[in-house]
Amino acid sequence: MSTLVKPGTRYKSTVCDTEVIIVKPSSGPIDLRCGGQPVVEVGAEVPAGLALDPAFSGGTPLGKRFSDPESGLELLATKGGAGSLSIGEVPLPLKDAKPLPSSD
Amino acid sequence: MHLGMLLEMAADGLADRIALGPSVGGLTFAELAHRARRIGAALQTLPGDRVGLIDLNSPAVPLTLFGSAIAGKPFVPINYRLADEQLRAIVTRTAPATVVVGAGVAERLGEIEGIHLITRDELLAIGADPEAKEADGWGGDAEDIAVLLFTSGTTGEPKAAVLRHRNLTEYVITTVEFAGSAEDEVAVVSVPPYHIAGVSAACSSTYSGRRIVQLESFEPRAWVDLVRAEAVTHAMVVPTMLGRILDVIEADGQGLPSLRSISYGGGPMPLPVIERAVTMLPSVGFVNAYGLTETSSTIAVLGPDDHQAAISSDDPAVRARLGSVGRPLPSLEVSIRDAAGVEVPTGEHGEIWVRGGQVSGEYLGIGRIENDGWFPTRDEGHLDAGGYLYVHGRLDDVIVRGGENMSPGEIEAVLITHPAVEEAAVVGIPHRDWGEQVVAAVVVTGEVTEDELRSHVRAKLRSSRTPEHIQFRTELPFNENGKLLRRVLRTELEQAFA
Repeated sequence: MSTLVKPGTRYKSTVCDTEVIIVKPSSGPIDLRCGGQPVVEVGAEVPAGLALDPAFSGGTPLGKRFSDPESGLELLATKGGAGSLSIGEVPLPLKDAKPLPSSD
Repeated sequence: MHLGMLLEMAADGLADRIALGPSVGGLTFAELAHRARRIGAALQTLPGDRVGLIDLNSPAVPLTLFGSAIAGKPFVPINYRLADEQLRAIVTRTAPATVVVGAGVAERLGEIEGIHLITRDELLAIGADPEAKEADGWGGDAEDIAVLLFTSGTTGEPKAAVLRHRNLTEYVITTVEFAGSAEDEVAVVSVPPYHIAGVSAACSSTYSGRRIVQLESFEPRAWVDLVRAEAVTHAMVVPTMLGRILDVIEADGQGLPSLRSISYGGGPMPLPVIERAVTMLPSVGFVNAYGLTETSSTIAVLGPDDHQAAISSDDPAVRARLGSVGRPLPSLEVSIRDAAGVEVPTGEHGEIWVRGGQVSGEYLGIGRIENDGWFPTRDEGHLDAGGYLYVHGRLDDVIVRGGENMSPGEIEAVLITHPAVEEAAVVGIPHRDWGEQVVAAVVVTGEVTEDELRSHVRAKLRSSRTPEHIQFRTELPFNENGKLLRRVLRTELEQAFA
């Protein structure tokens, strides 16, 4: 399933506690998954009977940013969970951000 | 994203860490969120579309900031130091609103239509009441107004800068790592609640998991005592604060052993002050942060490594970077443009324009200037070949003498390098032949004549930039945030010399 994601939209995993918010949208529709299963918008009904795919069970840490250089998608994990994020079958990498000196 | 979500993330991921107050007995992030939700629920039912605050620093400041966000109402911290008449005018413009007030404020306001008052203590009691209803989630979305901040109005009628949830959260998530602070990190907040740095400190510290201790208002001795008592590791100061802090620790010789980082901003830092600070506090990393209210705080930083590199370099171009504000944040774009809005070549002076998610550039009732997302800051500056940004002051302060444009900041920076000069300010006043003439006001600590100061400037700058007149004063007119009141000074110097 492919969805066009918009900035600020929140998605949740159907198989674990993970929730994410879109920081930068992808250039086109993408198949965003968590724990191997397509995510759903926060507030939408979660389809029953889905299971966490062991191949995507590395976990999503709260507060980490992820980015897909290919599509330009960038998101932030607003709740951590047991499943890991992927686009289709391709794991979504952590965003490589150099820490900035604290200014406030 | 929404400020309510920042708080939820901290409450979720850092529940038992101390967020606010002393290391023993302070509020945890979980408790901060509970109290903000109770205050949010109360603010939803209290009258008005906005939530004002006229008070010194206290736990009520972050609680009202987050409580307002949860209630879905803009938070409007107002300068309690304004004269009664101005204060009433600003509060009237904030109506309809519930306004949180500290001691003595209600008496100053009297009755104002559409304004409902609640005291700081009443608000804190709601937050602390375990029986009080907690709001579920937060009101509104990322496009809603999170904070309205009145500009200081040093050049005219104060305007209310609009900061939306999207602006503030974009700033926080792109510059701060979630839970990135070590557990022993503590920030002291001594800037007033109505300053953008007060708002950004609450947001950034919450997201990074750094404990906050507050000073009701800045006073150098109390600041030093609090830093020592609470083992404070991080501080943000405006330039006038830093010199006064150094005076205190120089006098008592005790140092500030816990302190790791001082960031400074909010106005030009005199080079001698920062050089003195780096020498006196060798284990502290210094960060120069440049930003505006309209940009949700910092847009460029000169980090500790940059400070060290500049101080230890023999290359004049690298040394000069100590006078820069560092490089723009990677999450935004900076462009230097001429009066027509066309980008100028590297190294040339122009107006600083900025674009990015944290940039609002919007004022209540005025709107946003649409320039393809770019905000013209009205600050004059230039970028060097290494991408370092230099700020020369407000464009509205530029002196035009015989068709030549000159920045007061450039002349002030030279004056202050004279060993006898402690503070310097330069303005333009009318002149029959030249249009404007350059005049200066200085505060000196040693013996020096007007002619000696003029020669000092002439030796480093063109003679056209040498002040025609120099007034010796015991102090310069600053507002409480260390911002020079140029309009006041110009009027006084005009009376003396024009």
